[in-house]
Amino acid sequence: MLYYIAQQTINAIQLGSIYALIALGYSMVYGVLVMINFAHSDLFMLGAFACLLLATMLPVQLPFVVILLLVMAIIGLLGALIERVAYRPLRGAPRVSAIITALGCGLVIQNTTLSLSPYPKYMPELFNSRTLTFSGLTITTLQILIIGISFGLMVALDFLIRKTRYGMAMRAISFDVRTVPLMGIPVNRIISLTFLVGAGLGGAAGMLYGLAYPQISSGIGILIGWKAFIAAVIGGIGSIRGAVLGGFLLGLVEVMAVAFTDSSYRDLIAYSLLLLILVFKPYGLLGQAPNQKV
Amino acid sequence: MNALTVENLTVSYGDIHAVKGISFEVREGEIFTLIGANGAGKTTTLRALSGQLRYGGTVKLQGRDLKGVPADQIVGLGMAQVPEGRGIFGNLTVLENLKLGAWTRNDKKGVAEDLERWLTALPRLRERLNQAAGTLSGGEQQMLAVARALMSRAKVLLLDEPSMGLAPKLVKEIYNVLREINRAGVTILLVEQNANLALRLAHRAAVLETGRITLAGDAAELLEDSQIREAYLGT
Repeated sequence: MLYYIAQQTINAIQLGSIYALIALGYSMVYGVLVMINFAHSDLFMLGAFACLLLATMLPVQLPFVVILLLVMAIIGLLGALIERVAYRPLRGAPRVSAIITALGCGLVIQNTTLSLSPYPKYMPELFNSRTLTFSGLTITTLQILIIGISFGLMVALDFLIRKTRYGMAMRAISFDVRTVPLMGIPVNRIISLTFLVGAGLGGAAGMLYGLAYPQISSGIGILIGWKAFIAAVIGGIGSIRGAVLGGFLLGLVEVMAVAFTDSSYRDLIAYSLLLLILVFKPYGLLGQAPNQKV
Repeated sequence: MNALTVENLTVSYGDIHAVKGISFEVREGEIFTLIGANGAGKTTTLRALSGQLRYGGTVKLQGRDLKGVPADQIVGLGMAQVPEGRGIFGNLTVLENLKLGAWTRNDKKGVAEDLERWLTALPRLRERLNQAAGTLSGGEQQMLAVARALMSRAKVLLLDEPSMGLAPKLVKEIYNVLREINRAGVTILLVEQNANLALRLAHRAAVLETGRITLAGDAAELLEDSQIREAYLGT
């Protein structure tokens, strides 16, 4: 029994780390713009497709790390581009307009992908995975790789946000955007950077998802990406550590729900528990009430 | 030379004309104060000067026309603003706030020196260096806001009501700091409702009433002016 739980925990960490990577993008954008970037889940989906194309369409076989970096760069730039052309002109507009625009961008990406790739595609094996066994517990080297990359990216992001001047600027924007230009900080450049990094992480998550669950389609954005959005809300949207916590929590609850009940109860159990959390912590586990300005 | 020249400045919010063509200059090295009641257009004027609002007329910083220069580039030209309500980033530490003030600078050594200098001048900030700035008292936040603006090595400092919401003793302290900063060579444009204090600190002053300058001159003279005494000093 204990083995079973431990085994499931490994699976939960793998799924949770992918949720967490996506949730970070939602939370970062919300932090600086107080908007939900609904196109983010589709950028995640494009991350998987970008990886597929880079792995299969080129005459040379790129090393794994190069593919990962390219996927992050492509999806990151795409995220920054969407902000520049679709969100920035609407910055002063009512919030609902921005939400509709974001939903629209997501639908455009989704349906373009659907028309170009109407049937699910299969991700090739980029990595020769082996299965390791430790006293009855099995873990694949692919799982280790996915978890390792996710943790690495999260640590790097935490460093960016806590220790660098760009991170300081992002946090300052989330507190009081009006004062930030008075420091000489170019707000638009910081916002572009936020989208670049957030979407880049989403792209990486898409690639890792494709490696873990090789059947990819235009619908995985809605399937997985929106769950990550819920994870971001549970953790406290706008909070970086909250996004990570929410992602792992959601992964754990989902995997355990399947492990101990009928798999068709998965979403019912997962979301009931998460809704319960929101009843007691309306701003999420690590979220804060909006700034009380003096 | 004038540190700041303002000619025929107008600012409107839609149909409402908040500033209706005011002109004044701030000379190099002086403290100039714009006094006036709530709603006279003081904050609007400052926000126009620092590039946060569109305006008509001309604003020149040390001879350079600022028309069309975005707010975030004005700091680099040598003018910083302490905004109304201090504008402290409460979720960042005191140290991080100060570092952000030096955003436009690339001389790491100079920034470290300035940091040391302001922390020595304002020891209470040093005690709270790694504390979230939001936990500071109002007076400490105001000190932090001033120090943060000076971290840019601004030659011209715009201050929007530094006395707002502070106990008289703290206001005095802040004003002493401003006097020292000015002695160290920083030109100051101070906007205040507290005319008594501002006129005692400043060299020259102008009175702003519903978007127009109605009186201007040496601060000491305005302090004796019967009109001012009646309208702003309550005597």
